[in-house]
Amino acid sequence: MQALKEIHSSFVPLPAENVDTDQIIPARFLKATTRDGFGKNLFRDWRYENDDETRPKADFVLNQPQFSGTILVAGKNFGCGSSREHAAWALLDYGFKAVVSSFFADIFKNNALNNGVLPVIVSESFLQKTFSLSPADALHIDVTAQTITIEKTGEQESFELNPYKKTCLLNGYDDIDFLISRKSAIEQFESAKA
Amino acid sequence: MGKTLFNKIWDAHVVEKIEDGPSVLYIDRHFIHEVTSPQAFKGIEKRGLSLFRPKQTIATADHNVPTLNQHLPIKDQLSKMQVDQLIENCEKHGVALYGLGHPYQGIVHVIGPELGITQPGMTIVCGDSHTSTHGAFGTIAFGIGTSEVEMVFASQCVLQTQPKTMRINIEGALQPGVVSKDIILYIIAKISASGATGYFVEYAGSTIRSLSMEARMTICNMSIEMGARGGMIAPDQVTFDYLKGRVYAPKGNAWEQKISEWKQLYSDADAVFDAELHIDASAIEPMITYGTNPGLGIPVQAHMPVLESIANEGERKNMEQALRYMDLQSGASLLGMPVQHVFIGSCTNSRIEDLRLVANLVKGRKKHDSVKVMIVPGSQQVAKQVHAEGLDKIFTEAGFQIRQAGCSACLGMNEDKVPAGEYCISTSNRNFEGRQGAGARTLLASPLTAAAAAITGVVTDVRELIK
Ligand code: SF4
Repeated sequence: MQALKEIHSSFVPLPAENVDTDQIIPARFLKATTRDGFGKNLFRDWRYENDDETRPKADFVLNQPQFSGTILVAGKNFGCGSSREHAAWALLDYGFKAVVSSFFADIFKNNALNNGVLPVIVSESFLQKTFSLSPADALHIDVTAQTITIEKTGEQESFELNPYKKTCLLNGYDDIDFLISRKSAIEQFESAKA
Repeated sequence: MGKTLFNKIWDAHVVEKIEDGPSVLYIDRHFIHEVTSPQAFKGIEKRGLSLFRPKQTIATADHNVPTLNQHLPIKDQLSKMQVDQLIENCEKHGVALYGLGHPYQGIVHVIGPELGITQPGMTIVCGDSHTSTHGAFGTIAFGIGTSEVEMVFASQCVLQTQPKTMRINIEGALQPGVVSKDIILYIIAKISASGATGYFVEYAGSTIRSLSMEARMTICNMSIEMGARGGMIAPDQVTFDYLKGRVYAPKGNAWEQKISEWKQLYSDADAVFDAELHIDASAIEPMITYGTNPGLGIPVQAHMPVLESIANEGERKNMEQALRYMDLQSGASLLGMPVQHVFIGSCTNSRIEDLRLVANLVKGRKKHDSVKVMIVPGSQQVAKQVHAEGLDKIFTEAGFQIRQAGCSACLGMNEDKVPAGEYCISTSNRNFEGRQGAGARTLLASPLTAAAAAITGVVTDVRELIK
């Protein structure tokens, strides 16, 4: 996992609520056996007419060149539905490093963190303010300070981040290394239980 | 202060708590399937590790498998590769596999309980959000991502932050024609698709106690559709009777000992929940969804909400988008609307009791000419039982097609899809855009309501047919 300390970028607004993981990456793309290459199918059915890459839907934000950046800003309850980690892989592979929303589904939040994609939870009013910015406006996310700032206005909010997860993110550590290091405690637990 | 059922099981499985961080939670049983496991096996191999406790992982192939001619090689090359990879991985790493052709194969959340692998008091995970199904046995069961599958492979543990607890009490008798699927659709419609996010839900009350294990599984299955980490029901005599004699259930003395342990698994009278909800069962009617998340449901007799009456702008836009996708009129009723497909299957409603319910209703009747009806049993064992009880005859005479076990049109990863623009009444758990195929329009309902539509060809109040 790549370490993540701060992000300074313009953003892609997706004001829809309840964006489910079936939209982020439709089931028919889950037949791969590696983690790579999901980005081109991110939001596939919202992006293309009839699944045809030569016919991008003009009204979908990923097809609008004025919007770009490594931050996705989405309406509440982002990532609900299936546990497919492919959703996080698709966002990462497309180039997103953070998703900002007022509410995330649990499993998605874990999956994102486990892949170094930062879920940033902001208030509903901060979210709406962000949606009303112009495309060139940048956001600044500071992982150490746990803050998100609208560059132009200086408006800032702090966001929650579990201290353990924060250490992982800042250093690019992953949970598996940690768990392996706890093996003897796990074995002890097993024998006590048996 | 007493403990909740959730806390009793959680506390018994915490290996250690990281200061200011999650807990290391020990996992008793780990289910895997072909779609969310290959990358985890690769990860383990890349680290040069072997599985820490391979005997506690059980595999099946369900998401990607065809439901016709399962004895033939899989035609779709990508699907075949994934299923082959699962076979190879399981052989290499010593994991028991109930794959295609095995008499125990089926949807992962159907076979775990059916084989008696799922037992009260356990922690259970699977790279699949409907792992919540297993909570019907009084377990902590929840869906995980592939990185977490890899964690379980490596250490038989996951890192978890303790969720809050919610109890939903359902009291009273159900009306005729109302089944457990209606209860859970009613709850989700009431509290919304994100209403239980951050919580682990316990379902309790006289209504729940009166339900069979299979009906309880339907309810726990859909806990994730309101955002809950999982759902659970305290085990009781119904649970014990269901488990007794199953392939992997304890036998002899071990059984007696387990029973006395399992009898301790309940929320103490003075246990406190972070949230509590009370539902009057008699108020629940046959339910149906009209939108593109499971929270957008109404009693089948009711009208869809009027757009203009929704004050919150986000919600209104959401509803507008849903109705546009579904091509439905705000404020209208669904009754009498033609449907082209009926899908009876999925880990929500593909067990033998579901199919018996359907058979009872359609016996001696025929499906409507304009509808295609697909019945997909949840497992090979369910399929076998269908034949043993002669339900297949009833279905065939009614013009229903019976297929072989798998996830099928629940998520349309195989060829079982609903064509764009057409309506399907489905007993599954998700009505997301494109879930049953690009452009497909899904109406979620109970097996009874689905069967009623199969007969009439239109959205129907099943109570009209059982008068
Ligand atoms: S039946 Fe549907 S919901 Fe259940 S495990 Fe299969 S795909 Fe998931």
